Amino acid sequence: MSDRPPVIRDLGDAGLLVEFGERLDEPTYSRVRALDRALAEEPCRGFTEAIPSFASLFVGYDPLVTDGVEVREALLKLIDRPPPPPPDPKLHTIPVHYGGAHSPDLDMVAEKAGLAPEEVIAAHLEATYRVYIYGFAPGYAYLGGTPERIRLPRRDTPVRSRPAGSVMIAGGQCIVTTVDMPTGWWVIGRSFCRIIDPDAPRPFLFDLGDYVRFTRADD
Amino acid sequence: MSRAVLTIEHAGPLTTVQDAGRPGYARFGVTTAGPMDRLAHATANVAIGNPEGASAIETALGGITVVVSEGSIAIAVAGGAPVVTIDGTRVEAWSVQILSRNDRLAIRPGRWGSWTYLAIAGTLPAKRWLGSTATHAQSGFGGRNMAAADTLVIDDARSRPVAPRNLPLPVGARPRQDVRVVLGPQDRFFSSAVQQSFLSGVYTVTDAYDRMGMRLGGPKLAISGSLDMLSEAIVRGSVQVPGHGDPIVLLADHQTTGGYPKIATVIAADQDGLAQLRPRDHLTFRAVSPEQAVAAARIRHRQTRAYLQAVSDKGSRQ
Repeated sequence: MSDRPPVIRDLGDAGLLVEFGERLDEPTYSRVRALDRALAEEPCRGFTEAIPSFASLFVGYDPLVTDGVEVREALLKLIDRPPPPPPDPKLHTIPVHYGGAHSPDLDMVAEKAGLAPEEVIAAHLEATYRVYIYGFAPGYAYLGGTPERIRLPRRDTPVRSRPAGSVMIAGGQCIVTTVDMPTGWWVIGRSFCRIIDPDAPRPFLFDLGDYVRFTRADD
Repeated sequence: MSRAVLTIEHAGPLTTVQDAGRPGYARFGVTTAGPMDRLAHATANVAIGNPEGASAIETALGGITVVVSEGSIAIAVAGGAPVVTIDGTRVEAWSVQILSRNDRLAIRPGRWGSWTYLAIAGTLPAKRWLGSTATHAQSGFGGRNMAAADTLVIDDARSRPVAPRNLPLPVGARPRQDVRVVLGPQDRFFSSAVQQSFLSGVYTVTDAYDRMGMRLGGPKLAISGSLDMLSEAIVRGSVQVPGHGDPIVLLADHQTTGGYPKIATVIAADQDGLAQLRPRDHLTFRAVSPEQAVAAARIRHRQTRAYLQAVSDKGSRQ
């Protein structure tokens, strides 16, 4: 492969961080996912877990069994080989309630974006989003694909508590929350779709790489 | 086995049920949680013949008071140096006791330590989620927060043949002020002068200390360059530096990803001791290589195995 080799850094004796780049772009993210799949198929000795992120993959190891030197070598070998093919992504449709109490930040987003509230909703509904990573809190799936014209930076000061199911945006991203949490993101809707179903055989709704479309729920 | 009922008379903040934790779900945003001091948690469990990773009550500086309202049950206390009393009479902080009906067990902060474990000989009622009863306070998925007036019904309570006894303290039970770290993964975001002040300065634990992490006061750590960093995985022990420049050591309930630079990672062998520090305690950081961190983990593991073997209750083991 012609890709430049990743930078591999130690996280104490917990694992290694494999950095494929410093920016979110498709080739970098694909390499993160490829190594994640390769490890799932052929875990190296002492492997504990992998945590994919936008441009890096954390690879945990058991320091009683192996060490960073051995894991690093195993990873470089895996990276050099053609990865297992990616699974076919699924398309999920998530109903969202917009307006009123469901959309505490809709008017402010509209004002800042120079749009009418209905135009913000239309923009949010028109895009197809991609599930990049889970992070921060249980079931928080970071969806990429928020249209340019409703992209806003995060607030400087987080709002104290927003309920689970908040549909919120910041920059090019969107999250449907699963727990009540303070946030600096902009809440433009509410969904009652369960991203986490603890009793299901697959407790988390999305696989990485899946696609998401939002539809307007009847109030 | 018989039934016992415990009533919580008082539970300070951050009193939760913790088993050994919920590893393997970080890729879904689920942190491992589990005990802040893993060795003390395991000690309390094995001392009364429980599996090492069984559910036990973790209590912080607010303490806990429990009354036996029905039956009798063996318990073990371990972690820190709390003041432990049964009906007002002082007993050893690290010990196995048999409680009978109407006995009142109180655990209050003593000379040192932040976290103490109360293990009971029987199954603590707590919600299992993704295979674990560890409480992740922020989400409320799994486990259980303890509050005054809660009753705990233990259907499989054992009070015999567990032998009441005092437990010797393991190596490393005390708060650790000399904390070893491996620099990185974002040490490059800090000038060598800033890295030097991180490694030579004296830090103080602030009141901003809970199960998620510990914010430190001391030399501020200025970040070179822009803060524009993609979120990436965090581990227990990550030393994160937000814009305010005060390092935060992330612990059991840490978020799974974050976008602030991390100057270093506290090695696993020193995490239990670090967690036992209290607000206003001092600490310093010392850099070791990843190879030294792995070696320290192995030494710590050998010591832990030998110690747990020595203090485990053989009599009631199945």
